[in-house]
Amino acid sequence: MPLVELRDVTKVFPAASRHGSPVRAIDGVDLDVEAGDVYGIVGYSGAGKSTLIRLVNALETATSGSIRVDGTEITGLSERRLQHVRRGIGMIFQQFNLLRSRTVYGNVIYPLQVAGVGKDEAHARVAELLQFVGLAEKAHTYTDQLSGGQKQRVGIARALATSPKLLLADESTSALDPETTQEVLALLRRVNEELGITIMVITHEMEVVKSIADKVAVMEGGRIVERGAVFDVFSDPQAQVTRRFVSTIVDDLPDDEALARLRARHPGRFVRLAFRDPAVRQADVYAELVRRGVVFELVHGGIEDIGGRTFGNLTLALDGADADVDDALTAIRSRIDARELA
Amino acid sequence: MSAPTVVRAVDTNLGELWPLVWQSTYETLYIVAIALVLGGIIGMALGMSLYVTRPAGLVPSRTVNVILNVLVNFFRPIPFVILIAALQPLARVVVGIGIGNRAIIFAITLAAAFGISRIVEQNLVTVEPGVIEAARAMGASRTRIIRTVLIPEALGPLILGYTFAFVAIIDMSAIAGVIGGGGLGNFALQYGYRQFDTVVTWTAVLIIVAIVQVVQFAGNRLARRVLRR
Ligand SMILES: Nc1ncnc2c1ncn2[C@@H]1O[C@H](COP(=O)(O)OP(=O)(O)OP(=O)(O)O)[C@@H](O)[C@H]1O
Ligand SMILES: [Mg+2]
Repeated sequence: MPLVELRDVTKVFPAASRHGSPVRAIDGVDLDVEAGDVYGIVGYSGAGKSTLIRLVNALETATSGSIRVDGTEITGLSERRLQHVRRGIGMIFQQFNLLRSRTVYGNVIYPLQVAGVGKDEAHARVAELLQFVGLAEKAHTYTDQLSGGQKQRVGIARALATSPKLLLADESTSALDPETTQEVLALLRRVNEELGITIMVITHEMEVVKSIADKVAVMEGGRIVERGAVFDVFSDPQAQVTRRFVSTIVDDLPDDEALARLRARHPGRFVRLAFRDPAVRQADVYAELVRRGVVFELVHGGIEDIGGRTFGNLTLALDGADADVDDALTAIRSRIDARELA
Repeated sequence: MSAPTVVRAVDTNLGELWPLVWQSTYETLYIVAIALVLGGIIGMALGMSLYVTRPAGLVPSRTVNVILNVLVNFFRPIPFVILIAALQPLARVVVGIGIGNRAIIFAITLAAAFGISRIVEQNLVTVEPGVIEAARAMGASRTRIIRTVLIPEALGPLILGYTFAFVAIIDMSAIAGVIGGGGLGNFALQYGYRQFDTVVTWTAVLIIVAIVQVVQFAGNRLARRVLRR
């Protein structure tokens, strides 16, 4: 049974003004998040990512459909029951949302106080959590004296306080610089691997999905337009929006302008090779060209390591007799996807 | 022969009035303290209600919000001297008498409550909505959020707001005399202004200034400590 199960979920916000129209923020979404997953949800601004994640811990109530978390149907529950459900779900935020009136210690103990955990037990738990996120020596610091990365680590410690099975992360690294982002992502990976906590990460940065997610769903206009294992979605994006996202981390084809510039500098035919299969070595592919005396130059593209698999889109300029080039391409196409650019 | 220089002492009755000065100081503090505590509590409740019933609030309610806003907006602009008179019949019902210190405390408490409610509302608006959201996500109940998030997070500005309200209440208490209330304001009018005794008037003024200074100083310090700056 999935830990989170959404069935035909819809969320309509009433019109903001008398003249406005209602907003269908979530439009018939089905989603299964299995225990142990790190599930990335990507989409551009306004796609409905935040709304979707807020439905999971009932900060928003669904207009229709069914939402099950850890076996409990949460649609239609009373506010009191929902408060109980929320205590079993951790959440971290882009702006950290720490209490300024409390120290680091005071922030992390807060959910334990809410859950009615005894003083001694809560105290021990906070010490353990601060150790885990590496902030033990900052326990009595007020949060406005922390760096962004430290604040998010406090946020993570606080979200883990009640030992939830599920952690929701809404743009949890978007306010951080690249280095701190990596730190926080590494911590989230530990949360998943060492503590076995399922994580749903919302982001508009593919970098985040690439580095921690196993699965990804791409949202647009309140719908999930594409989903699957991260490598599969990245290696063969179907929807236009997914392609745009994938191109933010691995260059695919040069755009028209770049292509024109490249053609001016490089003679020959342009071919885009897509490396996906770990069993295919680049060297073997190039050997097909060399064997036929085709001279080639790498003119555009990128290679990434995603989930331990190499993922590359390389555009080559091939210089040789037409027949040799055709021959080589036929041989290459038996191994990988090779597309000639018009 | 030069005329003998007559050093005329300033013509004042202050010497005989000292007991009355202390009595009036005590009355002012007494009126102001009760009005501040009662008005402060009612104002907090009103301001909190105004805040939480906003459209995106913790307990959104258009009806309650509109009613409270109309109520507050109705009473706030009434000049206090007029409000005292207008409230006399109500004072008779609520505190049993339409004149004297009890009636003036009643009037100040109401006026202060409406004023403080806006101060409270404005300070609560400055609390990051995200922090409230985080507390909700942790499963905190609404009353717990009010107690452990809203008030502590807004405490610094709230202290400054209440300090401001204290000064406003001192100001209101000065015209207690119109319905037979006591205090330094009444004393200054009766024994200073009406007797052309400037020394008496200024004695009352200085005591009021001293009280305001002390309270403002204490409020600033407390707020600085809470805000840690
Ligand atoms: N409380 C609300 N009231 C009315 N409309 C809302 C509300 N919250 C979200 N919406 C609308 O729902 C849609 C989806 O919003 P949502 O915040 O889920 O997008 P998002 O994908 O998280 O975007 P972003 O990347 O900018 O955070 C938007 O059109 C937004 O304007
Ligand atoms: Mg969002």
